[in-house]
Amino acid sequence: MMRFMAIRVLRGLLTLFLVLSFAFVILRMTGDPAMLIMSADAPPEALEAFRKGWGLDASLWQQYLGYFKNLLQGNFGYSMRDKSPAMELVLARIPATLTLALPAFFLKLMIGIPAGVMAALHRNTWVDRLLISLSIAGYTMPSFVLGLVLVLVFAVGLGVLPSGGDATWQHAVLPIITLSLGGAAVLARFTRSAMLEVMGQPFIRTASAKGLVWRQVVMGHAMPNAAIPTLTVIGFMIGSLISGAVVVESVFSWPGVGRLLVTSVANRDLAVVQSLLLLVATTMITSNLLVDALYGWIDPRVRSGQAVRGQNK
Amino acid sequence: MNARVDQDKGPTNPQRAVFWMWLQASPLVIRLCAGWMAMVVLIAVSADVIAPYSYSQLDLLARLQAPVFAGGVPQHWLGTDELGRDVLSRLIFSVRISLLVALISTLLSAFVGVVMGFAAAHFRGGVEQVVLTLVDFQASMPFMIIALAVLAFFGNTLPLFIALMGFYGWERSARIARGLTLAANEHGYAAAVYDLGASPWRVYVMHILPNIASTLIVSVTLTFPEVILLESGLSFLGLGVQPPMTSLGNMVGYGREYLQTAPWILLAPSFFIVVTTFSVSMLGDWLRDRLDPTLK
Repeated sequence: MMRFMAIRVLRGLLTLFLVLSFAFVILRMTGDPAMLIMSADAPPEALEAFRKGWGLDASLWQQYLGYFKNLLQGNFGYSMRDKSPAMELVLARIPATLTLALPAFFLKLMIGIPAGVMAALHRNTWVDRLLISLSIAGYTMPSFVLGLVLVLVFAVGLGVLPSGGDATWQHAVLPIITLSLGGAAVLARFTRSAMLEVMGQPFIRTASAKGLVWRQVVMGHAMPNAAIPTLTVIGFMIGSLISGAVVVESVFSWPGVGRLLVTSVANRDLAVVQSLLLLVATTMITSNLLVDALYGWIDPRVRSGQAVRGQNK
Repeated sequence: MNARVDQDKGPTNPQRAVFWMWLQASPLVIRLCAGWMAMVVLIAVSADVIAPYSYSQLDLLARLQAPVFAGGVPQHWLGTDELGRDVLSRLIFSVRISLLVALISTLLSAFVGVVMGFAAAHFRGGVEQVVLTLVDFQASMPFMIIALAVLAFFGNTLPLFIALMGFYGWERSARIARGLTLAANEHGYAAAVYDLGASPWRVYVMHILPNIASTLIVSVTLTFPEVILLESGLSFLGLGVQPPMTSLGNMVGYGREYLQTAPWILLAPSFFIVVTTFSVSMLGDWLRDRLDPTLK
């Protein structure tokens, strides 16, 4: 188990390193930030001073080393727009994003898993078909369309909920619903296929043959085994708690991390995008590690090295 | 969707006749989805002919006209937008652009994935480790974030945008191609062709690829709707297809400002996005149930 986790941690660090190098390369290879921030007709001395100030006059290799040195010292660069530390700008947005993402996450679990289990237990009946159609519809409906339709109905039409902003708790209702429906649909699909796979196994037949109540068979034997592939999806959802609301936050003008990302991409604010990438990658990698550890805890086969991953088709 | 066809164990040869036989024995929903897709493709191909106006033609006297069924004028079936551009014409051209972006990107991603998968399976060792690390990297980062970062710093042109979308989902094809190729190399047929003196290139393209194609095609049909969603999402944020070019997500994005006064601008493209992605997903699921040998 220790060895398994050690390899995973190393892989995680390697991924993080890749993300950061990737960020650095695209940041620095794509033209001159000085030209982007200041207009092209700025005086050459001003451009030169800007480059010096941001360390853009050193060779690319030196910049790369300097970049990692700064990161290790906790210096994530400064916003090129208002000179404030980039990471602080990003961190300041996290509470707003989690206000949407956490309730939405629990809603996803509460809707998605029971729906998937129900569909699997009633395979090929109208319940199954209804749930699966709803799930495909939820999965193929882009969040901005769902969000705008909700706004059209509840804000414009009925006038019961606000359409955008973050002044009161009512403002969070529509974004949370929008966020959770799509995720619930994905989760329902995965849970259903995981359950179906497990229900066909011999040990389920054994369990019911030895006289267990059907309920016990499902709760005690089928669901724990179906949990493994479902966990992969849940892990991905935890990892994208911070980054998963980019579109929804934009639809509802919610001042979270996602909107910061969109505006800094539009403004080409290098350091902020970089800090965001770092943050997103770190959450993603941490949640992957968490899921790996959980696998090991739930499924002894994983501990001995037989991977169960890669079932996320 | 789980209604099985009677001749389930029929020959899995991918001939068109067999495909049509399947289609005729398919549930009504599937036939409707196939019909919708045929229509969408037709619209995209014949956009120049069927669009009543150019997608960028302004008519400032006829701004924000309602659709014909909501009391508008018959010249503009689906109404006009804030610059007096015909919504129907814009919709038709948007379908073309969105479909084109999604199609090219999906093919690119399949190509990249298959090449990487073959490389990993052929060279093993270091190359394989590199490919697998890249696959892990790609799978562990939300693609939208990567796409946004790249777009932020490369700026945005249509070819670049399509190329970027072309990296969406390559890791799935790579995984499948690698796994199936490793299996195929164990089979006698690959070894036999090698012994006959064929080059590895020939073995992969002429012999292994056709044998693993059905699984790959299924994976591609599942990638396609996701690319449509990704493209429309980015365009909605104003970071995808750029004006004056138009795409479905793009229309929804600017139509949003007129949500209260002229909801038809965004409802028409939204409807197209939803029904199209729904249809492709249904078809993909159905194809997987039929074609994927691992599910039999």
